[in-house]
Amino acid sequence: MDLKLKIWRQASRNEKGQFVDYEVHNISPDTSFLEMIDILNDELVEKGGDPVAFDHDCREGICGMCSMFINGHPHGPEAATTTCQLHMRKFKDGETIVIEPWRARPFPVIKDLVVDRSAFDEIIRAGGYISTTTGGVPDANAIPIKKVNADLAMDAAACIGCGACVAACKNASAMLFVSAKVSQFALLPQGKVEAKDRVKDMVAKMDELGFGNCTNTYACEAECPKEISITNIARMNRQFIGAKLG
Amino acid sequence: MTKINSKIPEGPIAEKWTRYKEHQKLVNPANKRKIEIIVVGTGLAGGAAAASLGEMGFSVKVFCIQDSPRRAHSIAAQGGINAAKNYPNDGDTIYRLFYDTVKGGDYRARESNTYRLAEVSNNIIDQCVAQGVPFAREYSGYLANRSFGGALVSRTFYARGQTGQQLLLGAYGALSKEIKRGSVELFTRREMLDLVVMKDGRARGIIVRNLFTGELERYSAHAVLLATGGYGNVYFLSTNAMTSNGSAAWRAYKRGAYFANPCYVQIHPTCIPVHGEYQSKLTLMSESLRNDGRIWVPKKKEDAERIRKKEIRPRDIAEEDRDYYLERRYPAFGNLAPRDVSSRAAKERCDAGYGVGPTGLAVFLDLKDAIVRLGKDVIKARYGNLFDMYQRIVDDDPYETPMMIYPAIHYTMGGLWVDYELQSNIPGLFVGGEANFSDHGANRLGASAIMQGLSDGYFVLPYTMQNYLADQIAVGTIPTDSPEFDDTEKDVRARIDKLMAVNGKETVDYFHKKLGHVMWDHVGMARNKAGLEEGIKMIQEVRKEFWSNVRVPGNPNGINIELEKALRVSDFLELGELMARDALHREESAGGHFREEYQTPDGEAMRNDKNFMYVAAWEYPGDDKEPILNKEELNYEFIEVKTRNYKTA
Ligand SMILES: Cc1cc2nc3c(=O)[nH]c(=O)nc-3n(C[C@H](O)[C@H](O)[C@H](O)COP(=O)(O)OP(=O)(O)OC[C@H]3O[C@@H](n4cnc5c(N)ncnc54)[C@H](O)[C@@H]3O)c2cc1C
Ligand code: SF4
Ligand code: FES
Repeated sequence: MDLKLKIWRQASRNEKGQFVDYEVHNISPDTSFLEMIDILNDELVEKGGDPVAFDHDCREGICGMCSMFINGHPHGPEAATTTCQLHMRKFKDGETIVIEPWRARPFPVIKDLVVDRSAFDEIIRAGGYISTTTGGVPDANAIPIKKVNADLAMDAAACIGCGACVAACKNASAMLFVSAKVSQFALLPQGKVEAKDRVKDMVAKMDELGFGNCTNTYACEAECPKEISITNIARMNRQFIGAKLG
Repeated sequence: MTKINSKIPEGPIAEKWTRYKEHQKLVNPANKRKIEIIVVGTGLAGGAAAASLGEMGFSVKVFCIQDSPRRAHSIAAQGGINAAKNYPNDGDTIYRLFYDTVKGGDYRARESNTYRLAEVSNNIIDQCVAQGVPFAREYSGYLANRSFGGALVSRTFYARGQTGQQLLLGAYGALSKEIKRGSVELFTRREMLDLVVMKDGRARGIIVRNLFTGELERYSAHAVLLATGGYGNVYFLSTNAMTSNGSAAWRAYKRGAYFANPCYVQIHPTCIPVHGEYQSKLTLMSESLRNDGRIWVPKKKEDAERIRKKEIRPRDIAEEDRDYYLERRYPAFGNLAPRDVSSRAAKERCDAGYGVGPTGLAVFLDLKDAIVRLGKDVIKARYGNLFDMYQRIVDDDPYETPMMIYPAIHYTMGGLWVDYELQSNIPGLFVGGEANFSDHGANRLGASAIMQGLSDGYFVLPYTMQNYLADQIAVGTIPTDSPEFDDTEKDVRARIDKLMAVNGKETVDYFHKKLGHVMWDHVGMARNKAGLEEGIKMIQEVRKEFWSNVRVPGNPNGINIELEKALRVSDFLELGELMARDALHREESAGGHFREEYQTPDGEAMRNDKNFMYVAAWEYPGDDKEPILNKEELNYEFIEVKTRNYKTA
């Protein structure tokens, strides 16, 4: 395949960026999207240019590191797929592909396609855990948990913290991400003890960091590579109201 | 040769760890805050250790390459984690888990460490459930288990195909809690490039490169823990994450730490086969699929050839024309034979001309019988995400046609040498997780790596490091402007400048791929004397070419992804040679190390216990000198050493 690429290049956080046009040729449809960028980068390096900086690590759709906004969609056009799991057979020969970083105020661009997502870590730090310490816990089978609840908790816990939900949202809301963590623990008996403080603290931190409000456009759910359900947002809202009342 | 002291406590095996804990030294709680610890790595081992040490009150600094601790390579572990809970009541015990691990490791692991691992395995499951890890459960509400290779009991706990993710998020939660409390300070996008060892021989700090600014930074502490993962990426193609590297361990080696058993590498039998030259990594299909899947190739060469040419499809091959070679060769364990055995059996069939797929380097993993027996829904619930991943990569529907798999580099049993306390021979340098030479001997069983990472991190290092730190309060804060810090930073800077100055023509990946090919062909699944000798020469040549013709563009100030890769590959080019040397010196076949000269007539590995029942701990004597071999003899007091047998139970 031959492809035209329009890629966002930005030297650093404080400099202005712009789109730069590139071409790649003879790409096998079995190549992954990131391998296609590897090929481009090899050519750039061979010509003495500066390779395109982008985040990636596992290339298996699980670490949440990759983060490209491709043709208007975070992680590209294929549903339930991270950038690293996207393959070139999903594109047409001769197509022009536009590649941008996540664009959201709480995720500043650091270089090219690399953004700073440490705001997500800060939200988790506000309470996205159960405050047990190592040792002194009961036997793992001491508290049975209904299979449906364990399965729903696992559905929510599948979030990879990639930030596509924020990038997809016109308000840059982090509700899907936060609600996934809140829901996971709300569904488990171990998580109930701190449930009220957890939801209040995490939501407060999210607001403080400049993430926007949720106006129910559901763009986040549609773009989430792990198919995290917006029912988690509803569950979190119930928790939040409960926490405020009590 | 130095005498190696592994500091194994006296007493019966089941009492050693308890006795150790009863007699270890403790730090006065009021003093803990004044004692500083550096933890490099936020995978299961580093994340769990940093959180636990923080909870105990120590001042911890934790470092990782990624933008968040949650993204360490451990996140990718799929299949599960072992523990001797015996919830299914199928006869499991701590001793049996210990025994299986030592046997699986082909009697090349240290007994006392492996027993301790089995002993604390149950605590790990308790801990993770308390953290809210959503393990799979039965309708009763109790925890579910499944089987993994090399065991006849069902002792593996799992969270769909994302066990590593869930366990790591548990550790990340614990770590986040401590960061918020102020006991742990987090440094992301930092890569350790050297270890600082003081004149008195103690490890006291690290030099890191800030991957955003490019600046070199100095950090000091009373003790340093490396939990930096394995070095499988020396082969270029592996199932490891792209930034997984051997540099932290290699730099420690060059500062005097022993590197143990570097040739013990695990090749995983069930990975998606290589498709093309631009492939950047290999994807694992969890071994858990072997619970319900059957592995086969055609019995007739003609059939194999017609499948390769796509003239016929796998389902056109009649049942009696299929060779379920694992079931045939290993009737007792069948498709659940351990990884080294299964990988070699696949290679044997493909080399003999029975392989499938476009390259002939693939075998079938077929879930058809299980789909018929259990229904598509059950299979989907068990392996849905794996099937989706396979389909996305290969563009083939595994519900309809058998998957194609081939062995790939997956895990490194070798690593920095540590004693019973997980301390290296450099006082104050501790090593945990895949980075140490580990409890797995010459081969690791499935679902035991993350068990070991969490065992080291939650339950072993917090005790043993405290034992070391008990008398360190007198030392006071350690300044970072000492000559040792100055010199080490100077060395790092010189290395970076040298790389930038080469200004050659080829990219870093060009050399990495070249090295990877040599390693796979000569230090891979089957090794022999001549091949290893040639391999060593070839590695030296690639290294020479690298230093005269690599191109690292841009400058070292700021993000420079090519420089990051170049630093890692320059270390792989040295480590690869040590692996080959170790493989050459070990004139036996053991676990993942298979020497063609040492096999039985029917192709099974032949150990040489008389001459090689030891850990090879290599010592760095300076560049241009041959590495020095130190031996830690292995004594099996509590297990009878046998030939591994997976043919009969
Ligand atoms: C695809 C896959 C599936 C697997 N599935 C299973 C399974 O089901 N069960 C099982 O038991 N095992 C499994 N394993 C093996 C297991 O995941 C690993 O052995 C284990 O997670 C290693 O954990 P760790 O904590 O030692 O290191 P890692 O998780 O590799 O973490 C290394 C850490 O060190 C940091 N680091 C590295 N170098 C530096 C440096 N120079 N400076 C600063 N930081 C550095 C990294 O940023 C990272 O935080 C699997 C492995 C793979 C590849
Ligand atoms: S909710 Fe989905 S899109 Fe948002 S961070 Fe999690 S996985 Fe990514
Ligand atoms: S690189 Fe890990 S999710 Fe894409």
